[in-house]
Amino acid sequence: MLDTSAGFLVDEGRLDALEIGAAVLGTGGGGNPYIGKLRAREALRQGYVMRVIPLEALPDDAVVVSVGGIGAPLVSHERIKQGSEGLRCVRALEKHLAISVDAIVCEEIGGQNAMEPLITASMAGLPVVDCDGMGRAFPEMQMTTFSIFGHCSTPSVMCDPHGNAVIFEHAISEKWHERMARACVVAQGGASTLASAPMSGRFLKQYSIPQSYSQAIRLGEAVVAARQAHADPIRAICDSENGEVVFRGKIVDLKRKIEGGFVRGTVMVQGFDGYEGQVGSVLIQNENLVFSRDGVAEVVVPDLIVILDIDTGAAITTEMLRYGQRVAVLALPCHPLLRSEAALEVVGPRGFGLDLAYRPMGRAEKERKPS
Amino acid sequence: MYRLGIDVGGTNTDAVVMAGRSVLSGVKTATTEDVTSGVIEALETAIAKAEVDRSKITYVMIGTTHFTNAVIERRHLSPVAAIRLGLPATACLPPMVDWPEDLRKAIGGHRYLVRGGHEFDGREIAALDLDEIDRIASDIRVKGIEAVAISSVFSPINGAMELAARKRLLESCPGLRVVVSSDIGRIGLLERESAAIMNASLLELSSRTVEAFRSALQAAGLSCPFFITQNDGTLMGAEAVREFPVLTFASGPTNSMRGAAFLTGETDAIVVDIGGTTTDIGAIQRGFPRQASTVVDIGGVRTNFRMPDVFSIGLGGGSLVRRGPDGSVSVGPQSVGYRITKEALVFGGATMTTTDIAVAAGKVSIGEAAAVSSLDRDLVESSIAEIKRMLERGVERSRISPEPIPVIAVGGGSILMPSRLGDLTVIRPENFAVANAVGAAIAQVSGEVDRIFSLANGLTREDCLRQAEEEAREKAIRSGALASTIETIEREDVPLAYLPGNATRIHVKVVGEMGGIDA
Repeated sequence: MLDTSAGFLVDEGRLDALEIGAAVLGTGGGGNPYIGKLRAREALRQGYVMRVIPLEALPDDAVVVSVGGIGAPLVSHERIKQGSEGLRCVRALEKHLAISVDAIVCEEIGGQNAMEPLITASMAGLPVVDCDGMGRAFPEMQMTTFSIFGHCSTPSVMCDPHGNAVIFEHAISEKWHERMARACVVAQGGASTLASAPMSGRFLKQYSIPQSYSQAIRLGEAVVAARQAHADPIRAICDSENGEVVFRGKIVDLKRKIEGGFVRGTVMVQGFDGYEGQVGSVLIQNENLVFSRDGVAEVVVPDLIVILDIDTGAAITTEMLRYGQRVAVLALPCHPLLRSEAALEVVGPRGFGLDLAYRPMGRAEKERKPS
Repeated sequence: MYRLGIDVGGTNTDAVVMAGRSVLSGVKTATTEDVTSGVIEALETAIAKAEVDRSKITYVMIGTTHFTNAVIERRHLSPVAAIRLGLPATACLPPMVDWPEDLRKAIGGHRYLVRGGHEFDGREIAALDLDEIDRIASDIRVKGIEAVAISSVFSPINGAMELAARKRLLESCPGLRVVVSSDIGRIGLLERESAAIMNASLLELSSRTVEAFRSALQAAGLSCPFFITQNDGTLMGAEAVREFPVLTFASGPTNSMRGAAFLTGETDAIVVDIGGTTTDIGAIQRGFPRQASTVVDIGGVRTNFRMPDVFSIGLGGGSLVRRGPDGSVSVGPQSVGYRITKEALVFGGATMTTTDIAVAAGKVSIGEAAAVSSLDRDLVESSIAEIKRMLERGVERSRISPEPIPVIAVGGGSILMPSRLGDLTVIRPENFAVANAVGAAIAQVSGEVDRIFSLANGLTREDCLRQAEEEAREKAIRSGALASTIETIEREDVPLAYLPGNATRIHVKVVGEMGGIDA
């Protein structure tokens, strides 16, 4: 049986913290969590309860479904969701597979997809598991640890605001699922919600990135506390996440273009505050992929590269980067699961078409501090 | 042929008379509660000082922060019915959902959701529910609401439903003031809708204010057309302001920056406006302020207006200078503000301010220099260095390229500005105190298009850009621009991520010289 008193409740303060933390873990991409936060806040004000339970509280045979938004961020800021898309996805999946779902899980903690699982779960009266499939943001569906470690994400259900529900019965590969899902999103108006085939508690305990929600919230709370105390929020993020400031400087050049639906480019940073005479650069493809110092790659995807405003500590998304911004480049170690050979095939440099070997960042061997 | 520029701020009303590119006179007076008498005093003084024949004044341009202040202070706002067309989409976030409670209360919090709206590609989300519009109309009548804001999903692409709903409302409630969101904003439903609602709540005030301007000009015997400056530093006819007061929200900083650029003849520069408490810093590109790419918060509400990218640092002529226990010097952000003439050392007070430091360093002579002659030299030097460092950082942040461009210093606190900042030269124009009114007087007319184009049926990117440019030109001409002077100042297209290659968002802006239409 699922212990429904385990874990913690999410209140409005924690939603605000999650918004900040999810933006940091978005590593430049993942979409803006603002609209999602407003929706979650409205759900709380309507009396829905949001509970996050630890992985350990999940029985091995628990039935867990991942829920997230899929589509163009611009559309989701204009044609806001009806609100129950996620719930309808879960109900349709339950009916189709004749199952009863025990908990909801997040695919991507970085960016706007951090919020949907909380909203859907609260409406379904279910808990959200404190984990996710990326520990950050990635641009495509198959880039989750779930898919990488053998979970087949079909049958899945996609819902839109109108009440349409589409079942993807079977995809011969995760890439095919992604491809068909994108086509369907366009037909449904450019921003839909997707629930993927159920996973077992046992699978998640082995193959998910643990403590994603508590980490993102802790991170956001550290930033809020630092701002209130007029302390350095960047220091707070490092301390909270075992991260490292790898560069400080001013953006002196910025190249960006859209290719195949992705924002690609490079940002050059001229060093100061101890980095004088050095040039840092960050390679971008929706998210920040590679940080190099004087032309030598130092931090490489899937390790997290975050560009922060030096004064406010706010994470800057790739589309908001501008010449002259004073930034700190922060590196956070990714979870060991993403450093496995199987994962690096998909989310390592070669997964993004880069001719570069993955080298774990500085404190690679040290595992993340448990909270 | 003369132009009269007037800036009506919260504290001061300034006026300038200009002939071509030269400023004949500039005056500063106090803003009055009724607006009218302050405007009359300012313009009469300016005309008298310039010694010109008032029948030869061909245009009057007014800049005002009146409407921004109304929202910030929650004053003079009318109740509004907010109607959104978009169901079944958008149901989870009703209008004004992210507004501060006091502002929502100030305008009544009346909101209605109706079936309708469009998808990104132009399909209907649902047919417009006119029966529901009729029910809302009778509710509005019962509640006695006189202003309405209508928003519809993707109305910047297709505004037909907003117009149909407005027509239907007016059939049963003639005399209702109805604002449609596609007239006001861009993609981003909540931000555009919020702007439309704020606009509706300001319509009564805007009618009164435009009337006050008109009667002030009439009283002064000025019968020429008058215009009001909008967010981007270009002009709107007085009638347009009556309808769209929100479009003036950022005209204050815009006019100041444009005026500063004009007074120096620079078109690419950084403008630093140093006041008593804060310094506003922004960049001018091709004579216009660079615009912010992020959402702008007005009175606690997120909007997506194109606003100048101005940011403030806590440094001004009244900023407090303090020495820490370790000998380090800190400057601001606390300030004595307008009390500087009593509290600063050079004015016989007991508080050390940046002005005292400037006097002690011999940069300027204000008040009693003797009062600061005993200040520790190290302290003075470290303070000067700190002030320079703060200004350098601010200017660096506003720079948009490594090209060395000039820095223009305006505002009462510009005595704090060194003659160079890093590799940049500092310029101080003469009439810096009335830069706002100059900015209004030199304003041009614009036309703008910002929407998503579908590259279907063999249309290319270039075709769509040309079409957008043509639409923008027509808009500018309708607003009074001389066709021969129109030039394109912004032209960008952004393919939409995660959508197939047939959708692109195009933004085009053109400006031209004011030609002469009746306002």
